[in-house]
Amino acid sequence: MSQLSSTLFAAQMSPTNIFAPSSTPADSIFRLSLFVLAVTGAIFVVVFSMLLYAAVKFRKREGDQAEPLQIYGSANLELAWTVLPILIVMVLFLSSARVIHAIQDARKPDGANEVTVVGHQFWWEYRYSQYGFVTANELHVPVSDQIHPTPTFLTLLSADTDHDFWVPRLAGKTDLIPNHPNRTWIDPYQTGLYLGQCAQYCGTEHAKMLLRVYVDSRADFDHWVKAQQQAAQLNAGMSPGATQGRRVFERTACINCHAVAGTIAAGRFGPDLTHLMSRDTLAAGAAPNTPENLRAWIQNPDTIKPGALMPAMNLNDKEFDQITAYLLTLH
Amino acid sequence: MSSNSVPIPDAIDSTKPTSGEAWLLEALHEWVITVDHKKLGIMYIVAGLFFLLLGGLEAVIIRIQLLVPHAQFVSPEVFNRMFTMHGTTMIFFVIMLILFGFGVYLVPLMIGARDMAFPRLNAWGFWMSTFGGLLLYFSFVGGDGLYGAGTAPDVGWWAYAPLTSRAFSPGHSTDYWTVALLVSGFGSVAIGANLVATILSMRCPRMTLARMPLLCWLYLVMGALLLFTITPLTAAQLMLMVDRYLGGHFFDTQAGGSAVLWMHFFWIFGHPEVYVLVLPAFGFVSEIVPVFSRKPIFGYPIMVAATVGIGFISLSVWAHHIFTMGMASYSNAFFVLTTMAIAVPTGIKIFNWLGTMWGGKIRYELPMLFCVAFLFQFLVAGLTGIMLGSAPFNWQLNNSYFVVAHFHYVIVGGILFAILGAFYYWYPKMTGRLLNQTLGLWNFWLLLIGFHLTFDFMHFAGILGMVRRIYTYEHGRGWEFWNVVIGVGTLFQVLGLSCFVFNLVWSYFQGRPADRDPWDGWTLEWATASPPPEYNFSVLPEVKSARPLWDLKHPEDPDWKYQ
Repeated sequence: MSQLSSTLFAAQMSPTNIFAPSSTPADSIFRLSLFVLAVTGAIFVVVFSMLLYAAVKFRKREGDQAEPLQIYGSANLELAWTVLPILIVMVLFLSSARVIHAIQDARKPDGANEVTVVGHQFWWEYRYSQYGFVTANELHVPVSDQIHPTPTFLTLLSADTDHDFWVPRLAGKTDLIPNHPNRTWIDPYQTGLYLGQCAQYCGTEHAKMLLRVYVDSRADFDHWVKAQQQAAQLNAGMSPGATQGRRVFERTACINCHAVAGTIAAGRFGPDLTHLMSRDTLAAGAAPNTPENLRAWIQNPDTIKPGALMPAMNLNDKEFDQITAYLLTLH
Repeated sequence: MSSNSVPIPDAIDSTKPTSGEAWLLEALHEWVITVDHKKLGIMYIVAGLFFLLLGGLEAVIIRIQLLVPHAQFVSPEVFNRMFTMHGTTMIFFVIMLILFGFGVYLVPLMIGARDMAFPRLNAWGFWMSTFGGLLLYFSFVGGDGLYGAGTAPDVGWWAYAPLTSRAFSPGHSTDYWTVALLVSGFGSVAIGANLVATILSMRCPRMTLARMPLLCWLYLVMGALLLFTITPLTAAQLMLMVDRYLGGHFFDTQAGGSAVLWMHFFWIFGHPEVYVLVLPAFGFVSEIVPVFSRKPIFGYPIMVAATVGIGFISLSVWAHHIFTMGMASYSNAFFVLTTMAIAVPTGIKIFNWLGTMWGGKIRYELPMLFCVAFLFQFLVAGLTGIMLGSAPFNWQLNNSYFVVAHFHYVIVGGILFAILGAFYYWYPKMTGRLLNQTLGLWNFWLLLIGFHLTFDFMHFAGILGMVRRIYTYEHGRGWEFWNVVIGVGTLFQVLGLSCFVFNLVWSYFQGRPADRDPWDGWTLEWATASPPPEYNFSVLPEVKSARPLWDLKHPEDPDWKYQ
């Protein structure tokens, strides 16, 4: 209980506090780091005190001109401060090796959830191959209870440069490197939103390649999966503006990069927009997903995320309104 | 030498020029063509200080931009250039140049030689390294990179593939970075070879290796390390150039190349490089602490052993920079072990400096103040290094501000403080004048306060999840307060270093004249005039112990009786 409350406090300081773990990998790292901090803290106190003592105690006094006793060394002392650190190093090494093994070599249990994460400049693609859909920028995973764990195993790929998947409260970092598939896993204890961001410099907009992981209850997660599996609901009560917007969308370069399931839009360079309105944010977490932001983004992405690879499309105001109206129907 | 000794009269024009302009040309000419290790040493140092101003300016721009979330002080493109240039400049063209400068200045004096083993190579090394730095900065004019005309490199100082490929980095900014490091690397290899050769073959009569000042041991290992570390960097830069211009695919992931290969090449250079930088700093501390504690260095043989040990182990730890890269668990464990192992010889050094102070009579002159600060700060840097060396902890801390705090603790809190100590200690030898005490104290305290405000609190930002190399950040992450404190600290550091630079200039003209041996030192450089004549020693000295001047000053209790 006390650990829970201290975790809550740590999470209040920052939603990305590494000392507020809420998943087994982050938690075992947290426990190891407490041990490492204790050992290094003890060394710090001892050596710092000795340095301070020597620096104060052995200062030259006023008027004292004599040279001190010339001492060249002491084999015993030197042996002591060689052997003792070796022992400490062995302890730290073994405790680290244990955690490395526990996290990296963890067996994937049956019933584990699997997602392929593809890093792009400067957004995240999530492929739920198990369920047959693709989404972007907001990762949903089921909460995992201790008795029937349903961890999520992530395969990490990159479409362009190096990226790094880091959600501090869930797990340590793992790089996404082209031609070098990596794996990591999380088993969040509690539902909620967990934040993070790309932690490997990947180009101009590295700073706004944010991570959002939604940990849902099992029922919510299943519901979300079901909704994501649907193709876009296109003609149900679409306004004339939106219908016109769809036409503009499908006749311009939009569809070179973006996909909307159930339409001719099948591009894969940019985020999948099939269920765009089910997401809370735009542009990998750079702005809240409001109609105004959406329109501003389509008109000129640089106003929200300068250096993003999506170009400004040079359409007229009416067309921007229409495309926005169309995208607003993609629930 | 007077013109009388020239066999052909008037073969050398020895008339002193009188007009101002001619005097200036003469002096300039003398400095440009010189192969004298003392002049070259000073030129290295001045070049390093020049680049320090540039690198410092870049740091200030970075900190202003990060003062508040969503600041608009500079664009993301400019910010990315700033941190790339800051890192590259500070490592390759500030710390390295200044350390090379002290090395070529001090080593021949301390081993009782008249110059380096290869004086021309020495000059060549200086001009190559400096030219590399100028080439890097020329990119601001000629870069023509990602964002149109006139850009500096923006791929980060370790320039991970494939961001450096032509697909992601068109134009020439990356080429300037590559060629600048390639060229300066030639200079570094030259000086590495020169230091090793000088120390092994130019020592004065009866100065065995075991009677060398520790500083020379540290420069010996540093020189040897340079030969091992610069070569993989050079190879990698050549491969990158082949990729970019001759259709190679070493790092071109889109054609099956390996981004991981670059990581290994870079860090097998990059980690020993840290020790290339820190070993000379250890050398300064190992000279200054004994003199101001009035005791010989504690445990000379084990200090030498630890130095050589660090040199070897440092070649086997590189992959701790890429613990998050997805190595197999046993590889990760191996690099945890080697990384932690290096703490042992480093710890020995700290304990031996402590042992040197213990029972001494410590005079708190400026050089010693900086060295004592070094000891405390280097202790912290070492301990955060152990935290980072534990791979799982590293998975959280890597690429966060915690790492930024850690290596600035090493480079600023450790190396820069030791370098400043060295300036206060050897400036009188180089110029014949002491640095001003009052300005020095301002320098020390402002820098100390600024250093701690900036880098202590970066640890917290990192623990709270702040990632490095981001030009802006979100509200509500708990980072705002720390970034303001860090910014304030930067201001103090700028003020402190301004005092230092002003002191260097002011004291050159107005400083109190220093005699041959202002600190009551023990090594050979204090046996000759300040500044030393071109030939250093009119008669080559002969030594019986590691502290020849102590032996001279204390004939009743000389070192050689005990060694």
